[in-house]
Amino acid sequence: MNETKDTTSTDGVGIIQMRHVSKWYGDFQVLANCTTSVDKGEVVVICGPSGSGKSTLIKVINGLEPFQEGTITFNGISVGDRTTNLPKLRSQIGMVFQNFELFPHISIMQNIKLAQMKVLGREDNQARNRSMELLERVGLTDQRDKFPAQLSGGQQQRVAIARGLAMDPMAMLFDEPTSALDPEMINEVLDVMTELAKEGMTMMVVSHEMGFAKRVADRVIFMDQGRIVEDATKDDFFGTPRGDRAQLFLSKILHH
Amino acid sequence: MESGGFDFHIVFHSIPFLAKGMGLTLLLTVLGIAGGLVFGTVLALARLAPFKVLSFAAGTYVNFFRSMPLILVIFWFYFLVPLVLGQEIGAFQSVLIAFIMFEAAYYCEIMRAGIQSVRVGQAYAGEALGLTYPQNMRYVVLPQAFRNMIPILVSQAIVLFQDTALVYVVGLSDFLYSADIIANSENRLMEMYITVAIVYFALCSWGQFQVRNLQKKFAHE
Ligand SMILES: Nc1ncnc2c1ncn2[C@@H]1O[C@H](COP(=O)(O)OP(=O)(O)OP(=O)(O)O)[C@@H](O)[C@H]1O
Ligand SMILES: [Mg+2]
Repeated sequence: MNETKDTTSTDGVGIIQMRHVSKWYGDFQVLANCTTSVDKGEVVVICGPSGSGKSTLIKVINGLEPFQEGTITFNGISVGDRTTNLPKLRSQIGMVFQNFELFPHISIMQNIKLAQMKVLGREDNQARNRSMELLERVGLTDQRDKFPAQLSGGQQQRVAIARGLAMDPMAMLFDEPTSALDPEMINEVLDVMTELAKEGMTMMVVSHEMGFAKRVADRVIFMDQGRIVEDATKDDFFGTPRGDRAQLFLSKILHH
Repeated sequence: MESGGFDFHIVFHSIPFLAKGMGLTLLLTVLGIAGGLVFGTVLALARLAPFKVLSFAAGTYVNFFRSMPLILVIFWFYFLVPLVLGQEIGAFQSVLIAFIMFEAAYYCEIMRAGIQSVRVGQAYAGEALGLTYPQNMRYVVLPQAFRNMIPILVSQAIVLFQDTALVYVVGLSDFLYSADIIANSENRLMEMYITVAIVYFALCSWGQFQVRNLQKKFAHE
């Protein structure tokens, strides 16, 4: 809205560009003037206290949640524009949720095939082949005929990642992909994500796994009370002193 | 006529006639459920739609029919609709329409609860993949809603099965009315009414048993 206050560089090649985005639930402001951009191939980790608006920040990018002020573009297309074909836009952005959200009534294979066929219009065997490739990649080919409830949390989350990748998206959004997992399953999911990052996938990851952030992030965003309080390169973020709340929060999550 | 003691012979003699009545009862039940379910699902989708006019219209319909005694709805369609249309629509058709319109109001509420019982994250996941709203409903939300609702849908079907007995008011020979005809013409009221009670009891118990099985089955998953 207020273009003159724009100090961050958002006019670059950002595949995701967010300018002065604000969102309210009634009187409650969830996002306050958030501006950031993510370049192609960049991995951005978002952290911050509970209720700070991390999930909401992710959800406005693919239009799962509407926002009232500001602009968001994905690959040059305006997300908030009423004329934008949102389903088509969303099919180009993979999304992985905290609770996996696999469809419980259909098999693993069908979970990965469904949107390929209904959204991309792939033939059954085409979709099946692509699904098999991805299942192989996440190491779960032998689980293809099972139902989600028969898999462990870590396995379900790997399937969810495969389901997102099956759409051949230009970017992937992750909302706390490991925080619902038992500790021993966290790494199998982070490994898949690390590999994905190395291959050059553009990723926005809400996570408190600071080890993962240190290994693969290009940038780290710290949110508090709906604001992007810090948006820094990984080295700056982990290297330099910062505001009290961020420092306090960071010391908490780094200690366990 | 002399009717000392019980004589269940009459029941066996009238099995073909009673079976025909049961046929009509089951036909009305099945068609009523099928039609009510389809129409009820449409109403539920309308009630949950983001368009105020649509959800208000559907809500009004549901509240209206849920405030009416079923028998009154049957009367309307039998006596009033022909007046409006200017032609008879036949007893069977009129009660069937009445059942469907009436049941749909209940199925709508059941389906609405069913749709709302599906975790919101599921709808997000479908949308995030690029499914359109109708696709998301069709492939992700409704199948889960139906599954969650099967026990209560079956319970509602059992209620309809019993309610079909009301068709005697328009002269249709369902199971109860068929039995009633014989009971009166042969003066075997006790035998016939006891038989009817046993049959209803057996069929409904079987239905309830299926409901409990389904509930157990889904509880495991
Ligand atoms: N549908 C809603 N209606 C009203 N308030 C909401 C709604 N969804 C989220 N909020 C509020 O918005 C704030 C931000 O929510 P959000 O889920 O984005 O936070 P978060 O940073 O992801 O938190 P967490 O770490 O707990 O996942 C919270 O205070 C939450 O209570
Ligand atoms: Mg969250």
